[in-house]
Amino acid sequence: MKDQHLVTIEVNGREHELLLDARRTLADTLREDLGLTGTHLGCEHGICGACTVLLDDQPVRSCLVFGVQADGHQVRTVESLADGDQLSDLQQAFSDHHGLQCGFCTPGFLMLAEAYLETEPEGGPQEVREVLSANLCRCTGYQGIVEAVTVVAADRREKAAVTQRAGDA
Amino acid sequence: MKPAPFEYYRAYAPAEVVELLTGLGDEAKVLAGGQSLVPMMNFRLAHPAALVDINAIAELDYVRREGDSLRIGALTRHRTLELSRAPEVQDGFSLLPRAARWIGHYPIRSRGTVGGSIAHADPAAEWCLLARLYDADVVVLGGQGTRVVPSADWFTGFLSTVAATNDVVTEVRFNRPRAFGALTEYARRRGDFAIAAAAVAFDVVDGRCRDVSIVLGAVAGEPLRVTEAEALVEGAEPAAPTWAAAARIAAAAIRPNADTYGGERYRRHLVDTLIQRAFAEAFASDASVSAASGIR
Amino acid sequence: MLRGAGRFVGDIAHPRAYYVAFVRSPVAYGRITAIDTTRARVLPGVVAVLTSADLQDPELVAVLERPNEEFVRTAMPMLAHDRVRYAGEPIAAVVAESRYVAEDAAEQVWCDIEEFAAIMSLDELGSSAAPIHPEAPDGVLVDLTMFEDEHIAETFAAASLVLEETFRSARVSASPLEARACLAEWRARDEQLVLHASTQIPHQMRTGVAQALDLAERQVRVIAPDVGGGFGLKCVVGREEVVVAAIALRLRHAARWCEDRRENLTASFHGHEQEYRVRAAFDDDGLILSLDADIRCDIGAYSVYPFSCGVEPLMAASELPGIYKVGRYAARARGFATNKPPSAPYRGVSRPQIVLVMERLMDKAARRLGIDRIEIRRRNTIQPHEFPYTGSNGITYEPGSYVEALDLCADALKKAGWWDRRECTDGRLRGIGIINFSERTAYGTSTLSMRKMPMTPGFDVSYVCMDPTGDVVVTTGTCSQGQGHETTFAQLVADRLGIRPERVKLRQGDTNLVSFGWGTWGSRSLVIGGGAATVAARRLADQIKSVAGELLEANASDIDLVDGNAQVRGVSGSQISIDEIAATVHFRSHTLKNSGEHLLEARGMADPSGMFSNASHAALVEVDPGTGDVRVVDYIVVEDCGVVVNPTIVEGQVRGGVAQGIAAALYEELAFSPDGQPLSGTFMDYLLPTASEVPSITIHHLETPCDQTETGSKGMGEGGLIGAPAAVVAAVNDALRGYGADIDCIPIHPADVLAVLQGTSAAQGSRLQETS
Ligand SMILES: Cc1cc2nc3c(=O)[nH]c(=O)nc-3n(C[C@H](O)[C@H](O)[C@H](O)COP(=O)(O)OP(=O)(O)OC[C@H]3O[C@@H](n4cnc5c(N)ncnc54)[C@H](O)[C@@H]3O)c2cc1C
Ligand code: FES
Ligand code: FES
Repeated sequence: MKDQHLVTIEVNGREHELLLDARRTLADTLREDLGLTGTHLGCEHGICGACTVLLDDQPVRSCLVFGVQADGHQVRTVESLADGDQLSDLQQAFSDHHGLQCGFCTPGFLMLAEAYLETEPEGGPQEVREVLSANLCRCTGYQGIVEAVTVVAADRREKAAVTQRAGDA
Repeated sequence: MKPAPFEYYRAYAPAEVVELLTGLGDEAKVLAGGQSLVPMMNFRLAHPAALVDINAIAELDYVRREGDSLRIGALTRHRTLELSRAPEVQDGFSLLPRAARWIGHYPIRSRGTVGGSIAHADPAAEWCLLARLYDADVVVLGGQGTRVVPSADWFTGFLSTVAATNDVVTEVRFNRPRAFGALTEYARRRGDFAIAAAAVAFDVVDGRCRDVSIVLGAVAGEPLRVTEAEALVEGAEPAAPTWAAAARIAAAAIRPNADTYGGERYRRHLVDTLIQRAFAEAFASDASVSAASGIR
Repeated sequence: MLRGAGRFVGDIAHPRAYYVAFVRSPVAYGRITAIDTTRARVLPGVVAVLTSADLQDPELVAVLERPNEEFVRTAMPMLAHDRVRYAGEPIAAVVAESRYVAEDAAEQVWCDIEEFAAIMSLDELGSSAAPIHPEAPDGVLVDLTMFEDEHIAETFAAASLVLEETFRSARVSASPLEARACLAEWRARDEQLVLHASTQIPHQMRTGVAQALDLAERQVRVIAPDVGGGFGLKCVVGREEVVVAAIALRLRHAARWCEDRRENLTASFHGHEQEYRVRAAFDDDGLILSLDADIRCDIGAYSVYPFSCGVEPLMAASELPGIYKVGRYAARARGFATNKPPSAPYRGVSRPQIVLVMERLMDKAARRLGIDRIEIRRRNTIQPHEFPYTGSNGITYEPGSYVEALDLCADALKKAGWWDRRECTDGRLRGIGIINFSERTAYGTSTLSMRKMPMTPGFDVSYVCMDPTGDVVVTTGTCSQGQGHETTFAQLVADRLGIRPERVKLRQGDTNLVSFGWGTWGSRSLVIGGGAATVAARRLADQIKSVAGELLEANASDIDLVDGNAQVRGVSGSQISIDEIAATVHFRSHTLKNSGEHLLEARGMADPSGMFSNASHAALVEVDPGTGDVRVVDYIVVEDCGVVVNPTIVEGQVRGGVAQGIAAALYEELAFSPDGQPLSGTFMDYLLPTASEVPSITIHHLETPCDQTETGSKGMGEGGLIGAPAAVVAAVNDALRGYGADIDCIPIHPADVLAVLQGTSAAQGSRLQETS
């Protein structure tokens, strides 16, 4: 039995038409059909978060979504964060705060944090830790990751406030 | 850990789901958030021959108040409830957003659904506890049309319900709004399924507890209402000794297996603690409390 | 990495590669009577289904060259034939066009296994009619009486205090976030089997694969691309890696395998399952007079290549006394075969356990004798003026800051207000643990030769080459998995050459590009690999200076290399850029006197005997009496790894290690049912801590330079994990001080804590026995 579907998925702003087996996970679709291997697989049962991507701006485990389900939807992966050579503020903060060692968990953490930061959160260290508990890292002890996200939350709030003031003026 | 093959169907209306399920037979399953079903498929503990994806049925994603009943569409994501500050939720059901924060993690909550949780019937699942706590009705569309099943009759044991294989849950109706409510639980790690959970809801009228519900999670095959303890609190003063007495009764009422986590003695102690904490938290926080208090 | 452009084995595109899935034993122990692969073979997309016989029964043997009474030689078949010895053991390999189909087919392979009673704990040894290895009827694969002392009985008789204690630590998994993975391909043109593997030891994997498959070493090329964490799990040669290589060889077609998490948790390698029965004698002043240890390690079903099943017992017995001046010492260490996956040298190797043992003994003696716990440690610790100190275990300890680290840690926790927090009365119970230890790092051949492995690891070689543009390539036989070697090696080399680190590129992890090396494990890379690179860089610097001397008409010894220039010391303006020198040597060598002899490349080697880093850890824990929950709420590390090359990297290693140590103390445990079924096959059951369970960790550095190394550095990759279990256990016992707590086994479960609070604490020991 081979159940295949022709789907259209917008990934990182580009539309792709793909013929997918029904059972192919979104993670494998991204990694193997689209060559976007930044999305990693660390457990394939929803716990580790290495496969986290944004589906219509919401963070999801791409190991628990089938590729066919993304038909007609938008997906963002770690490959979308940098602007050419320019790292995003979040990526830069991970680098500055030593938020990675082996780097295997990093794409998942970046996408989780990006989703969280886009909700314009308060971003206190406690809340940040709670949110980041969704993903696992075996190398860093988390401190650098927590610091990076906390700092970016504060920076973005600051920037938003400045823009707001500028707008008000 | 890749799933076995299956056929994929996307439904656009509840009736279409039933039609598809009926046509596909016993081996077909509904696919909602996939947060319970897909891990089981990846481990090949579930081998459905076909999946009917309901994620495109936008009409099943809603939260509506009708009188004393809060109606939640089956496809409503955990996260929607978690973030809800709407008066129709806050008035009498303010526990729901607070309790939703206990479910897994952010990416799980942004995908998993209320209907999926009720259909999956995990005895540790927050929605299953809450359904029993608020005497919810489960609205089901099946081959014979729509039925409304009281949650008391819905659960039939570990991961099982009265639903037929071609039934689709369309709505969960939470009833009996109350001013005070709390859900608390214990897990080793942040976001894990509870080792034990306790939820309470009640009103206080003239300095006395009224309309009391107490439900325990993860201590039996299905969420457990502890009526003996409810009876004790009913009419009693809302104070620590009442909570302690209720907790004692509830702890004695459970029948944990010796081989469950930590053994029987540990389970009872945990239940005792959690019930006292749930009552204390519910009473300290009245209906308007911030979402943060649901978190340990 | 940050852009998602990392290249882990699973990320390597190979459009035609076949996927391999393994058929694994459903039972823990038994005899295979039949395997039927016909239904699997006929599935569309299936290329082959292979059993051990199809591959000519490849096997690996990992031994120590010791007499049979000390070490029993056993083999590990690459695919099980005849016997299966643990649930999850690979029996057959399915080769298919996709991983999905490979798994479909694996489900269709039918194995008939005559089941035997499984041996799942040390208490069941010898109970089975069928010993796991016929060569070792009593199940003992390793039995080393490493230290004996005929006078030890006298000291026990005369002691003021004799402690008799049993300590246990559960079986755990290294669980790197990237599980194992490999991609093998036969390249006819090069006559080489190219094996991309997620490994810490490319050269040893080359040797292992060549041996198992009967190839010449030159016919195997192992490449480790980015490696997503190893922690020891990847410093052994896995059966699956050899089988995938064999498949590629046989089918003359690329084949790949990515271990999934269930396989990783239930069927790869485990470690740390040990029991210590210890007697310790103290005098009135709390000085430890003697120590007698009976150490039993559950090493699982096989001896793993290349380090063998002797690793844990040997390490435990030789290093138990640690930083304490133990008067007399006796130790026997054994390794037992059980029906569980084999153990690999997981980060720390026996040191987390021996530190737990020694630190618990100190705390227990302190309590019994009424001595302050920091004071009793001070009294027993090797003092600064006593270095080099040779202990009763025959080890010579070079200078470290043992007492200073302890005092600094005690001071830091006081300043952080821990003692006040400890007394806080809000229904929670708080406790402080403070511990102190040293760890030997960067073992060289002189030390490792004592283990008596047929191949003695330890040294490393590095080449440093400057190209015509003045850029530098360094090669090393070490192989990083996120330890930041690219940064530190570049820094070390650049410093010696007076150029910017960006101009130095590290090459590692490819047996064709790097002549030979021993990989990355045992906290060795920066010290040994980096040491070798430093030597090579110094030699290259000399070459540059010699050319510069000729061009500047000065004495080479008067030349300094700074800011990209070679300049004559004290003569301003007399300088030439290093880039210019590089260009001259390569393109205009005829202008130089010894034209042609100047190529800018040098080799360096390092092989220190091994040096002791040290650290003191303190943990503040909070116990919830309502649930038995333990949280580590604050953590301090004072560490001394000699001269710190890069503090950020050192701190990252410490924090990651502490997180793993907290996990071992409170969360992680691989459980099995009595008949040998793994019960911790998911990340729901095997609890890696999240950001909510790991506190932020404050780190202080001390620097006692090491004279064995060019840089003055000591190794430090494992210390975090070595100290943390002891610190957390001490803190939990302290939190429960009002209840007579005496918890000696890890992990500590909430139920153990409640048992103490309710006065039924015998529970812990028996629980561990039941579940292990
Ligand atoms: C890491 C992780 C942690 C989690 N932690 C928690 C937790 O702490 N608490 C908790 O409660 N849950 C937890 N979950 C589970 C999560 O909440 C699930 O979302 C939920 O249990 C099932 O909802 P779903 O929409 O994902 O259902 P699915 O997984 O899609 O389906 C589950 C089952 O219900 C059936 N089904 C789904 N929807 C319907 C419907 N409308 N009608 C009929 N049948 C239907 C399916 O056929 C399937 O059998 C966790 C999951 C993960 C991966
Ligand atoms: S791979 Fe998806 S959560 Fe781990
Ligand atoms: S950096 Fe290695 S797992 Fe996080």
